[in-house]
Amino acid sequence: MSQPAYDVVIVGAGIVGAACADKFAHQGMRVAVVDRDLVGGGATAAGMGHIVVMDDSEAQFALTRYSQRLWQELRPELPMDVEYEQCGTIWVAADEEEMMEVWCKRDFYSQREVPAEALDSQALQHLEPNLRQGMSGGLLVPEDGVLYPPCAAAFLINRAQKRGAKLHLGEAVAHAGQGRVRMTDGSEITARIVVNAAGACATALTPGLEIKSRKGHLVITDRYAGFLRHQLVELGYLKSTRSVSSDSVAFNVQPRRTGQILIGSSRQYGAEHKEVDHAILARMLQRAQEYMPGLAQMSAVRAWTGFRAATPDKLPLIGPWPGDESLFVATGHEGLGITTSLGTARILVDQITGRNPEIPFEPYLPSRATKEHAHV
Amino acid sequence: MSDQLTVIVNDAAVAVPLGTTVAVAVGLAGQPCRTSVSGEPRGPLCGMGICFECRVAINGRPHCRSCQVLCEQGMEVRTDD
Amino acid sequence: MAAAARAAESGLQVGIVDDNTTLGGQIWRRSGGAPEPQSSAWAERLRSAKTMVLCGRVFHQPEPGILLAENDGGPYGLEYEKLVLATGARERFLPFPGWTLPNVMGAGGLQAMVKCGLSVNGKRVVVAGSGPLLLAVAAYLRKHGARIPIVCEQASWGSIARFSLALLRQPDKIAQALLVKRDLLSVPFSANSWPVAASGKVAVESVTISRNGRIENIPCDYLACGFHLVPNIDLPLLLGCQIRDGCVQVDDFQRTTVAQTFCVGEPTGIGGVELALVEGQIAGLTAAGQASEGRHLFRQRERLRRFARSLDRTFRLRSKLRSLPSPETIICRCEDIRYVRLRRYASWRSAKLQTRCGMGPCQGRVCGPATEFLLKWDPQSVRPPIYPVRVESLAFSASQAEPRHYA
Repeated sequence: MSQPAYDVVIVGAGIVGAACADKFAHQGMRVAVVDRDLVGGGATAAGMGHIVVMDDSEAQFALTRYSQRLWQELRPELPMDVEYEQCGTIWVAADEEEMMEVWCKRDFYSQREVPAEALDSQALQHLEPNLRQGMSGGLLVPEDGVLYPPCAAAFLINRAQKRGAKLHLGEAVAHAGQGRVRMTDGSEITARIVVNAAGACATALTPGLEIKSRKGHLVITDRYAGFLRHQLVELGYLKSTRSVSSDSVAFNVQPRRTGQILIGSSRQYGAEHKEVDHAILARMLQRAQEYMPGLAQMSAVRAWTGFRAATPDKLPLIGPWPGDESLFVATGHEGLGITTSLGTARILVDQITGRNPEIPFEPYLPSRATKEHAHV
Repeated sequence: MSDQLTVIVNDAAVAVPLGTTVAVAVGLAGQPCRTSVSGEPRGPLCGMGICFECRVAINGRPHCRSCQVLCEQGMEVRTDD
Repeated sequence: MAAAARAAESGLQVGIVDDNTTLGGQIWRRSGGAPEPQSSAWAERLRSAKTMVLCGRVFHQPEPGILLAENDGGPYGLEYEKLVLATGARERFLPFPGWTLPNVMGAGGLQAMVKCGLSVNGKRVVVAGSGPLLLAVAAYLRKHGARIPIVCEQASWGSIARFSLALLRQPDKIAQALLVKRDLLSVPFSANSWPVAASGKVAVESVTISRNGRIENIPCDYLACGFHLVPNIDLPLLLGCQIRDGCVQVDDFQRTTVAQTFCVGEPTGIGGVELALVEGQIAGLTAAGQASEGRHLFRQRERLRRFARSLDRTFRLRSKLRSLPSPETIICRCEDIRYVRLRRYASWRSAKLQTRCGMGPCQGRVCGPATEFLLKWDPQSVRPPIYPVRVESLAFSASQAEPRHYA
């Protein structure tokens, strides 16, 4: 039996695949990365590029906080085109009921040493004067940030290549597992470990993966420097992410270093085509205008869509795939792919090299799904 | 003359004949329409509203394609950011 | 205008929506002066047939049969049974050092500015690039008092000679050509010539040209420079029309591959005013159920299409033009992306994602044709809005207001 050509072959050159490639190469392993398109295409290119902590669950928090810290460590090495900005997030409370959630979140974060400051109506207006009057307040999370994902993915891949990683672009993968990746043109890459980091396409490669696509829309405006300083999210955003079946929109805007405003967000299940869906786009923009009336007159330059890889329990799948010793999975990150990419890569490397991961990895194990089925 | 009107470009009055576009008025004021991302002065290129090099703020609204807007009496035009 | 007039005269309720302040598009653009006689004739026909003329930018199709448009008054919906796309063409700009200086404009671009009030009286204008538009523009500028040191055409002398012979087969073109020749009697014309660099501090002050193999520097106040035309196919693309070689595919009756949708003029192939008028009429008549009337115009159309094909051959861009930009030359003017950064990428999409080339307000309308020529990229992708519009316009639902209804 001949030696496998690589130690690891990673399917998917999006942010998660790129982070994995970087980490594995850093360990001195021989790495190959395969993608049918280009580096940082897919959800990586389509998304907002935020780096946020989430308090949805302990496991979600642990992974996002861990990963956010890793981004902060990496920051000094990131080139200009990655446009990393620690602009902070403000969770906006539109009424008193949402304000109660602000206090809950504040306490949650404070107990876990994440800086978070509750803002009353006046303080909120002072920080973001273009928000509509009459908001109840908000929560400022100053360590959150934004970056430009395609360049971040390219940076990580380039670093991996400098350590000898090989990049294969342009050929789709037909089969991944049992120590090999076979392309549609028949060529093969053999490796001790195969990592499925194919995002919304992961299920096609590993049947049994419970990943559903959640389509999202975004709009970007022309340059309006100074209009927005922080990423703003409505508290209803979490309700939107939690829904398992219906279409939803939630107010979420982000300032880019260029002065352009990125406007989101929308979530749809079962939408197959990538064309812009005007009805939900209009709903999304109407919602955004409710929070920031000044957006209405701004020049919208482009709208586009992307597909998030979503799991039933909202946590990503990171770890070995039961039934195939060589296969590992790193996908299902929904709207947190950028944030949790670095943490995902570290966990995966720790699992494979047998080191103790810095956060418990059980909640993200792919086998958790099959375990649940066994109990039923 | 009744077929002349005045627009204000960066606080300076510019007299133009009826039917003149704001892009031409800005040129008459001796100004470039905009400064590019890396600091270059820029003026109209295509003259037909597709290149977006002629963008100016008209009456407070930014990013107007000045080659597509006819001058009106008293219009306030700004090219500085 | 031709399509609308014929359709309306045949009894349909017709609306025209156009981005410019008045009818006429680019060829018949006017804002102050007297309109061209041909333009007036068609405009009069439109008025008599009670065609509705709307100002606005069409930016999206939320569902078949409805278009969304925007003007200063806000967004509005247009409901239609049949649609004629006559979105015209734009100039192709090729980058070279100094091309971003103010007063370096397209050839049609400078002409449009003069039509909108710019005075070139006594100014020196170098005209360069490729295509019959150069001579038409030079003649026009000359009539308005400009001094033209030279007209530089990149096509070879041989191509120009063959083209002049082809003109002889087009009777209506001969008259035009002779008029132009008369207007340009003393203006030096040089084929086998192209701009190499533009120089100046706050605006262009001189142009360096390669004139028949020799380098010359010419002081000037304006450089009018365009390399032939590129069809505007973004709306047809958005609607799903089949495109080949950058042109919208149509059948004998100007029907595209999308139901109830016609396309006429430059987007089906660059061919000039007369061809557009004929194609427009055929489409208008067919839309109104008078296809057999349209047949009468087929021979004329074929003759004009032969002429259009000779245009294509004559003014094909020489590969030498690919070496005009230096590594530092800005290619994407919206985002100031220089050639050296773009050259590394194999495709439009990877360059776009990594550098943001083509993501600015012009959405690749300027840098797309340039990079297609320089780097052989295929810059075709279209998303709504096909034109930057206000957020509130994009947020407009058809259910909000009664769309205007057209046949």
